[in-house]
Amino acid sequence: MAWTREQMAQRAARELQDGFYVNLGIGIPTLVSNYIPDGMEIMFQSENGMLGMGPFPYEGEEDPDLINAGKQTVTELPTTSYFSNSDSFGMIRGGHINLSILGAMQVAQNGDLANWMIPGKMVKGMGGAMDLVAGVKKVIVVMEHTAKGDPKLLKSCNLPLTGKGVVDMVITDMAVFRFDKSGDTTVMKLIELADGVTLDEVKSSTEAEFETHL
Amino acid sequence: MSDRKIYPNAKAALDGILKDNMTLMSGGFGLCGIPETLIDAVKDSGITGLTVISNNAGVDGIGLGVLLESKQISTMISSYVGENKLFAEQFLNGDLEVVFTPQGTLAEQIRAGGAGIPAFFTKTGVGTLVAEGKEVRNFDGEDYVMERGLVADVSLVHAYMADKEGNLVFRKTARNFNPMMATAGKITVAEVEHLVEPGEIDPDHIIVPGIYVQRIVHVPNPVKHIEKRTTRPRN
Repeated sequence: MAWTREQMAQRAARELQDGFYVNLGIGIPTLVSNYIPDGMEIMFQSENGMLGMGPFPYEGEEDPDLINAGKQTVTELPTTSYFSNSDSFGMIRGGHINLSILGAMQVAQNGDLANWMIPGKMVKGMGGAMDLVAGVKKVIVVMEHTAKGDPKLLKSCNLPLTGKGVVDMVITDMAVFRFDKSGDTTVMKLIELADGVTLDEVKSSTEAEFETHL
Repeated sequence: MSDRKIYPNAKAALDGILKDNMTLMSGGFGLCGIPETLIDAVKDSGITGLTVISNNAGVDGIGLGVLLESKQISTMISSYVGENKLFAEQFLNGDLEVVFTPQGTLAEQIRAGGAGIPAFFTKTGVGTLVAEGKEVRNFDGEDYVMERGLVADVSLVHAYMADKEGNLVFRKTARNFNPMMATAGKITVAEVEHLVEPGEIDPDHIIVPGIYVQRIVHVPNPVKHIEKRTTRPRN
């Protein structure tokens, strides 16, 4: 018994704070918007140039001029603003976005993140991921704990990096890890187990070295 | 106000400014806000060896996808090209060079180019493939990589509305890369959905001032494409 995609998104939603400006990646991170705690005001940023992103439109009300960074049709809210990509990434790079939640192929124990290319395979590009992880105040990775049985939490990434030492938290289907940075050293700490998952199971599915702080 | 910037169609708007091996910027994000009519006219011109700066590469048969199909592009500078099968094919067999650039860096390179800034430092990509061979400098204890500003021989942009001076207004997320690209083209050609007389747009609402726009073509009621139609059920 591990967490489902929905439960992982629910767990990530617990990291939201009232008034946060948040950028969500494609996949499980997108589901986080379904679990905003009652009474909390969260503004979602879409890096193609929109702040205050609303839900998907009703059928028949799709607007080709109104999409999110995943190219999906979305809607606007009374608080919405539109801006250019350079303004959008000024916002991101300038540290004005509180939280970025995104997926990953690999995360290393020092907080390195790889999620954009596999050498020898067709490369689609990094999109805005490198800018987001470099600029946003807090970066949370939500991903499956393993890929076809192989650990994704490693001593060091062997895929090309998206960012060096950029990850603050990882939420998988098995556990939650925090990356505590002080100066040049980063310590990866296990802080929570998913329902029905044991410490031994996490240890045997994880190559990275981590401290246990349950 | 004269009509000196107004051209009767896309072919005329590009007349005399296209040549082989030139650098083109093309606005849009995915298929949203792309200068599709102008891209089709570039295809018809037959020029080849193009370096194209655009966030994406269209999809098969739409937008820059048509220039890939006709093999008119030799280099793409983009952040994400995942939606195009032809792209994958030409990239893998070496017909197409691709400079993958982080989206925010690309946006800033274009903004900088248009603003006369030859280079800038960003923390995006430090310690990754993107920073290889580039100057890295430490400011206030943090490493930054130097990236160059970008300019183009011709920029193609899409706007929702223009007046005859070339003052531009965009609609919703169709703004995206269009405003910066308008500033970074030696010649900028805008295709616009609505063309109005000077004074009809509130000067406070103008997003790109006409100084950046040399040629305008009116394309009323363009077909707009949706890449990923997503909806929610009505209760």
